[in-house]
Amino acid sequence: MSVDAKTVRKIAHLARLEVAEERLAPLADELNGILHWIEQLNEVDVEGVAPMASVEDVSTPVRQDIVNDGNIRDDVLANAPRTEEGFFVMPKAVE
Amino acid sequence: MSALNDLTLAGALKGLAAKDFSSRELTQAHLDAMGAAGQLNAYLVTTAERALTMADASDARRANAKTGPLDGIPLGIKDLFCTKGVRTTAGSKILGDFTPPYESTVSANLWRDGAVMLGKLNMDEFAMGSSNENSAFGPVVNPWRANGETQALVPGGSSGGSAAAVAANLCLGATATDTGGSIRQPASFTGTVGVKPTYGRCSRYGIVAFASSLDQAGPITRTVEDAAIMLRSMSGYDPKDSTSINADVPDFAAACTRSLKGLRIGIPKEYRVEGMPAEIEKIWADGIDWLRAEGCEIVDVSLPHTQYALPAYYIIAPAEASSNLARYDGMRYGVRVDGADLTETYEKSRGAGFGEEVRRRIMIGAYVLSAGFYDAYYIRAQKVRARIAEDFNAVFTQCDALLTPTAPSAAFGINAKFNDPIKMYLNDIFTVTANLAGLPGISVPASLDSSGLPLGLQVIGKAMDEETCFAVGGALERAAGFNAKPGKWW
Repeated sequence: MSVDAKTVRKIAHLARLEVAEERLAPLADELNGILHWIEQLNEVDVEGVAPMASVEDVSTPVRQDIVNDGNIRDDVLANAPRTEEGFFVMPKAVE
Repeated sequence: MSALNDLTLAGALKGLAAKDFSSRELTQAHLDAMGAAGQLNAYLVTTAERALTMADASDARRANAKTGPLDGIPLGIKDLFCTKGVRTTAGSKILGDFTPPYESTVSANLWRDGAVMLGKLNMDEFAMGSSNENSAFGPVVNPWRANGETQALVPGGSSGGSAAAVAANLCLGATATDTGGSIRQPASFTGTVGVKPTYGRCSRYGIVAFASSLDQAGPITRTVEDAAIMLRSMSGYDPKDSTSINADVPDFAAACTRSLKGLRIGIPKEYRVEGMPAEIEKIWADGIDWLRAEGCEIVDVSLPHTQYALPAYYIIAPAEASSNLARYDGMRYGVRVDGADLTETYEKSRGAGFGEEVRRRIMIGAYVLSAGFYDAYYIRAQKVRARIAEDFNAVFTQCDALLTPTAPSAAFGINAKFNDPIKMYLNDIFTVTANLAGLPGISVPASLDSSGLPLGLQVIGKAMDEETCFAVGGALERAAGFNAKPGKWW
């Protein structure tokens, strides 16, 4: 499988990355180089093998549903590019 | 008498205990050395005032005989660890002047045990890289140079700042992280010791995430014993990381001098790769001889899926990274570049904030996770990962630990591989398998090559058996008698 400039534009949009028009074709070449190298995985017999998401064979631990941290509004906002009256300020998301 | 920053971590602990010098003197010696080493570009931030305050507090504790296991020891912290009140960048522009309001568990453990923070260490952006050339703040320069040469060499990556600072005596030890080899490969390139413990041994809380199922913290130091002392403090169960392992932390330092009699050491034939320099073959053979002389039984073993580890990694790690790095949206922290609407603001912020390699990996990740490709790429890679883990389970019925080279080459020149991603990725060919299987590994400097550059040997152990890694690593260190230091040119 290989990608063209149009696919690269689509992936970049999915990943919310601005890519300059003239970078699309060179990026397609770079990604194809990597994707072709990765395709050697097709040689491996994986019949009946369960996909491995974690090396740990344990279930996710759960804790009591109680607040153990909080009242740190100013800490949470301290690094925001823009805030107003205790809120994050962002561009309009709903018309 | 040599300078205080030339001591080992264990030696400094002895000197502090004997009151030969104070933590303030020890810390000041490091700050002075750091001030004179700007050309290495190892530190992004020097926290001199904080360091001296912490050193004074340590000296006061010592006067009251209330010291911790690392009391008064000055350390460097990789800039992937969140440090409360000190800018943390992950080597990226996208975090801007992000100043964490909290502390990573690993660094908090070090401060709990009395250590002193010297500053934050340079690294490849988001820990993606094998040469440190992907840092948004310029590459770290390896303190080592080839005999008679002045060409700048890379220190390896992604923990290149950590490795260079330890090699140049700019700290007694440094924290580092390893997702595919980022502790062990730079250790090999700089003549230092690097340990990646078992996945889950160190908490990931407060470490900027790259690939969460692979990321693990560990130390880089100048000796095996120093790494053992430091790892003991870094390790331990943390309820804030759901993958943290709830198990006792052994006295790793006690394992460093353990007898190896009867220990079975596996030599995996698949690690004898095409084009490997003869000098690396040679130190590997020397390592085998040294361990045989210690009473080890040498066993030839096979890890048949080794060649597929790197391609599987370059699906799994970018996939996890593309999810993890979705949080950098320019809204809650970091850099925001305004666009016409919300989507364009996201795209411009992320396009401007991320460097080239990070963008490449996010796009690979987004592609392999996208509709229509998920099964063919991502699920298949996870199945291959299971095969690689099975390989290790099988060989660990025949042997107790594995001995391999750490990296397929010595340190190379800045720009030598920068424009060839796959060539760069191949640096991790011997280290990435331990990440995929979650196993502990240590790199120990074994010799200098004919051009005078350090080469490391790696020991991979069973899960939760760092002690055998330290025992074998300690024996390799004693047999190799490696005590070379880079000539000071900076």
